[in-house]
Amino acid sequence: MAAAASIISPNPTVAKLSSNPSAINSSRNPLVTLKFTSTSPNYASSKPLISSSSYSSSSLPRFHHKPFSTLAPPSAAAAAGEAATTFHGVCYVVGDNIDTDQIIPAEYLTLVPSKPEEYKKLGSYALCGLPSSYQPRFVEPDQFKSNFTIIIGGDNFGCGSSREHAPVALGAAGVAAVVAESYARIFFRNSVATGEIYPLESEGRLCEECKTGDVVTIELANNKLINHTSGKEYQLKPIGDAGPVIEAGGIFAYARKTGMIPSR
Amino acid sequence: MASTAITSPPTRLIHKKDVGLSAFSSRGSFSIRNSPKRVPQKIVSVMAPQQSERKPATTGSVKTGMTMTEKILAKASEKPQLTPGDNVWVNVDVLMTHDVCGPGAIGIFKREFGEDAKVWDREKVVIIPDHYIFTTDERANRNVDILRDFCNEQNIKYFYDIKDLGNFKANPDYKGVCHVALAQEGHCRPGEVLLGTDSHTCTAGAFGQFATGIGNTDAGFVLGTGKLLLKVPPTLRFVMDGEMPDYLLAKDLILQIIGEISVAGATYKSMEFVGTTVESLTMEERMTLCNMVVEAGGKNGVVPADSTTYKYLEDKTSVPFEPVYSDGQARFLSEYRFDISKLEPLVAKPHSPDNRALARECKDVKIDRVYIGSCTGGKTEDFMAAAKVFLASGKKVKVPTFLVPATQKVWMDVYALPVPGSGGKTCAQIFEEAGCDTPASPSCGACLGGPRDTYARMNEPQVCIVDRSLIEKWNECIVLWIIISIMDRDIRAKSHVSTFTCLRTEIFFNELASWVEIRQACVLLPTCSFRFVVDSG
Repeated sequence: MAAAASIISPNPTVAKLSSNPSAINSSRNPLVTLKFTSTSPNYASSKPLISSSSYSSSSLPRFHHKPFSTLAPPSAAAAAGEAATTFHGVCYVVGDNIDTDQIIPAEYLTLVPSKPEEYKKLGSYALCGLPSSYQPRFVEPDQFKSNFTIIIGGDNFGCGSSREHAPVALGAAGVAAVVAESYARIFFRNSVATGEIYPLESEGRLCEECKTGDVVTIELANNKLINHTSGKEYQLKPIGDAGPVIEAGGIFAYARKTGMIPSR
Repeated sequence: MASTAITSPPTRLIHKKDVGLSAFSSRGSFSIRNSPKRVPQKIVSVMAPQQSERKPATTGSVKTGMTMTEKILAKASEKPQLTPGDNVWVNVDVLMTHDVCGPGAIGIFKREFGEDAKVWDREKVVIIPDHYIFTTDERANRNVDILRDFCNEQNIKYFYDIKDLGNFKANPDYKGVCHVALAQEGHCRPGEVLLGTDSHTCTAGAFGQFATGIGNTDAGFVLGTGKLLLKVPPTLRFVMDGEMPDYLLAKDLILQIIGEISVAGATYKSMEFVGTTVESLTMEERMTLCNMVVEAGGKNGVVPADSTTYKYLEDKTSVPFEPVYSDGQARFLSEYRFDISKLEPLVAKPHSPDNRALARECKDVKIDRVYIGSCTGGKTEDFMAAAKVFLASGKKVKVPTFLVPATQKVWMDVYALPVPGSGGKTCAQIFEEAGCDTPASPSCGACLGGPRDTYARMNEPQVCIVDRSLIEKWNECIVLWIIISIMDRDIRAKSHVSTFTCLRTEIFFNELASWVEIRQACVLLPTCSFRFVVDSG
């Protein structure tokens, strides 16, 4: 405690650090225009996370082997001085109370996420605990990544045992965001702390509005989800105080960004 | 959602004293010397200097009242005032991790702070291997090795190691289930912040501590900094008054509450338990109450520290601690009141802890296996209560009955403590006479299906042919992992389709089984109810 105290700025509050609105509006910036327009269910093999970039990619506390595909190269986005986050992909729809044992069954918890090989393996088991009535499967056999990059769920997503393996497995499988009606607290916290996925809350019951395989776009700045397959648009709840932490890339990157711990 | 702020007498006293704090502190000793007749005032005066030594955040001497949880977080973040929704960097008093999440947290710690980095405080990190211990699984064994190497390298003071997997008793350091071990080893102290990489870390709230579960990344961050960014939760207050009938246990209280507010009723919130019933509970019972907070989605649960707490801690810790209490003017999101003297034994039916039913409504349930154990039901008092039930029934079990003491200490109690009214028999003797399985090595193995040779997976999985609505729900045959605990008497039901775990029961049958007989015995006793609880642990 004492050691850390000397390098700590006076208790930064997340709320004070939310992105400035002008930066957020840059979703229309050509640099971050989406190029994924195909409706092929197989296109999304790389993670279409188009992320903000007021920080350099080297500060991202991500697993190095993880494809972190920014459509706009980080340097270019940084040069533009803008930040915006949009996700585009094919969605996978699940119901209420999807617990962490369905996201990653307990038998795979011996895999240590900070070991790159085991991280990759975690992705291959993502959502394998779902009942077999869920077809197609979230991750095809012998694959490490999912074809689906956005998950749409109902109430209480991520309930159950507090394993961080759950958001990590989803992130490792290539998921960029989950949109659910509500989350279990620890799952939400783990998503934010790891920066693996954006846990977004919907205003309505999107799991009954969308179908697995629909092509959707999430515009974070406008709190909007667009279902291109059905042509409908839905309102999402603002990400709030957690936004800056995920945007930074997790709690370490956030703490470095805010001077809480020294940057490297 | 408006709440009536109910003030307990001690809180009100403290607050009143605080109002006149500065005046009393200056003339306290003076009045003792010079006005020996004014006894009542003198007592107040004598107390005042103590008050002035406390930080404002702990005394309630603030403009707006705070709840216990808000006060603990205010103290830990060195802020005079906090309101729900605030995000603050909090100083952590104890960080607990185990063999499932520890290696991940250590990996993140090293990746972020460097291979040579040192933990922020070697005496504040508590590492308890307990999940996948008695197994030949190489990766599970490796994970315990990673913990050991790290503890040696960092000179971690509290590491409860196990090396001889063949005989847990050959490992004096080994404890067992972390949440029970934390309390038994004196790591749960009033007014402090305890974070752990496990959802049931909230158990420690029984000690008037802020305790909640975090992930590996959070834990990796805490290892390096001793701090974590936490959001201040609003508090729900549960006032339980009335004399608790002897056929009830704390499990009934929390099932009543969860049935009332649902499994998501306390999501992101703190749950504060007060009232005369709560004051009458033992520490182990309070732990049962707080253990289940996460089953309602809660961030943490707290019970105000009192003489019961201090008595329990007496021989367990020498670390000074400072309890805090909710102010009279504290704002609660809502308040629930229960008259416990009228409560009946309850059951949470599959597949959710909020699927509440009266125990007597489930009297025709047939069971196939019984399990007594877990972090919520494997404590000494739990086994004592189970033994009393067997003693009263005088019959043998008709279904396999598994026993897993939570820790080595509990295991020894099961074999050593005489059960009242038994003529000096121990729990172990009574269990043996009743035909139970031999008590197993302490670990989480029975609740969390791990590698194939762990305790939860040693039996053949059985296909459940239970409740048709469940089959419709899942659209397929269900393998139920149901752990039945007599003692705290919950049936912890885990219903994961792909989890081929062992313990299973059939519910809603009409045949007589040992369970029904036990229940009949309990009616005589009367202490027994049984419960079905989804294990989220």
